[in-house]
Amino acid sequence: MIEIRNLTKKFGRFTAIDNLSFTVVEGEVLGFLGPNGAGKSTTMKVITGFLSASGGTVIVDGYDISKNPIEVKSLIGYLPEGAPCYGDMTTLEFLKFIARIRGYRGEEIAKRVQHVVDEVELQSVCQQTIETLSKGFRRRVGLAQAIMHDPKVLILDEPTDGLDPNQKHHVRELIKSLARDKIVIISTHILEEVTAVCSRAIIIAEGRIVADGTPAELESRSKYHHAVTVRLTDEYDLAKDLSGLAAVSAVEKDRSEELSYTILAAGNTPIFARVSEIAQSKNWPITEFHVSRGRLEDVFRSVTQAQGGE
Amino acid sequence: MDNLGIIFKRELLSYFATPLAYIFIVIFLIMNGIFTFELGGFYLRGQADLLPFFGFHPWLYLFMVPAIAMTLWADERKTGTIELLLTLPINLRDAVLAKFLAAWVLIGIALMLTFPIWATVNYLGDPDNGVILAAYLGSWFMAGGFLAIGSCMSASTKNSVISFILTVSICFLFVVMGSPILLEAFPAWMPQFLVDAFSAMGFLTHFDSISKGVLDIRDILFFGVFIAAWLVASAVVIEIKKAN
Repeated sequence: MIEIRNLTKKFGRFTAIDNLSFTVVEGEVLGFLGPNGAGKSTTMKVITGFLSASGGTVIVDGYDISKNPIEVKSLIGYLPEGAPCYGDMTTLEFLKFIARIRGYRGEEIAKRVQHVVDEVELQSVCQQTIETLSKGFRRRVGLAQAIMHDPKVLILDEPTDGLDPNQKHHVRELIKSLARDKIVIISTHILEEVTAVCSRAIIIAEGRIVADGTPAELESRSKYHHAVTVRLTDEYDLAKDLSGLAAVSAVEKDRSEELSYTILAAGNTPIFARVSEIAQSKNWPITEFHVSRGRLEDVFRSVTQAQGGE
Repeated sequence: MDNLGIIFKRELLSYFATPLAYIFIVIFLIMNGIFTFELGGFYLRGQADLLPFFGFHPWLYLFMVPAIAMTLWADERKTGTIELLLTLPINLRDAVLAKFLAAWVLIGIALMLTFPIWATVNYLGDPDNGVILAAYLGSWFMAGGFLAIGSCMSASTKNSVISFILTVSICFLFVVMGSPILLEAFPAWMPQFLVDAFSAMGFLTHFDSISKGVLDIRDILFFGVFIAAWLVASAVVIEIKKAN
């Protein structure tokens, strides 16, 4: 379990993290969201013991990072932002170095290295120096390094940044498969990633938590929650047909797509059944019809901008 | 202690993974040759000792050691690997010491490879090899002093060129501190103990006697304490500067 209590980090006069408190338990995959400069990376740097806090505490499995840094660091696997690695080493040398530092000796070293190489599929680049690797491979080397000691806590700062869609998918699958008995914290600004891998999301802005919940809970805060999107073959006045329906708050025309409309639900009630009934009885010229769970992007924007962001 | 060894090994091997170590060693040997035989008048002196060889070492180190030291921490900060290194379960103390030792051993290897000069003087005459050994040891310790300054300067910036220039400047200061030219330049009203203290901090004060074969434990102790102090300063600087 990770307990973060009243964590504050100041750089001179600038407050990067402002009295942050939350708890993460085993099995949770926590997505850390926020605009650039919101304090995501700084929070991760404090949890991993790279930076020391200006106030508050981080407790991992009963160990306080400021009092027992070595114990905490042994529990954590960390992929820093940009996945820095020693460029002049080969992948294999680098991973062996990490295995040794993580306390493996003798035959275990080769065994552990082989295990992580298989896990993130690095076989083809084992003998290459890291500086010659592509961005995707470099990130995977960073990931391999982080899971070397099968850590209880995995902290990944933008793990899929710069990867192609296949690699992203692979990394997400990996994170999900690792997550069962671990604590995983990932920071990202790719919102689809949160719905894809996270069981919980925290949105921070200006160093403070502005939203905390499961991705579904956050989505339900969106004004598009339960909204119905229809695409028509011909112009048709939907608003007239729907004017009698109290559960519908508004009809929006999509800006990007022709003849596409979004019918917003008032309050938190599903409107799909009612709208579909009307559509059938009035014979709307429909080609597509679907219900939205809510748009995380929309929630993200509303909570982070309410905080007085740009 | 384990971790110290692991990081030390990684650092030392990384010097040899790139051309850096080889270039350093080759240039070091060439420069030593030029200094000793051309400028030092090794043959003309007609004496079986290595005074001209060691006499130039402070000036040689002045540029060679900062070149090795400049990347020690600056590169770690520039590439972000410092974040990786310092979130591994290791002490900062071990990391600072391991990096220093790796670079120090590299200089030691370069120094040992000057053995042909030692062989030459033994072939030509009958030198006091004890004196020569003492001078080698003293020279290596002095190089450690330069390197420790470099470690601290390298920790203070992400830019290795700045780190190089800072290190050369500060090393220069410590080299000339004990030299007679500088001491004579002090105004007469300066209390004697200050002048003494100043000259006692100079590298030349300590190295001159070592290179003549007087291996005073106090001189070695001076360099030992000097190295320790600058390494502690390195750790402090890393702690302060790692955030940006």
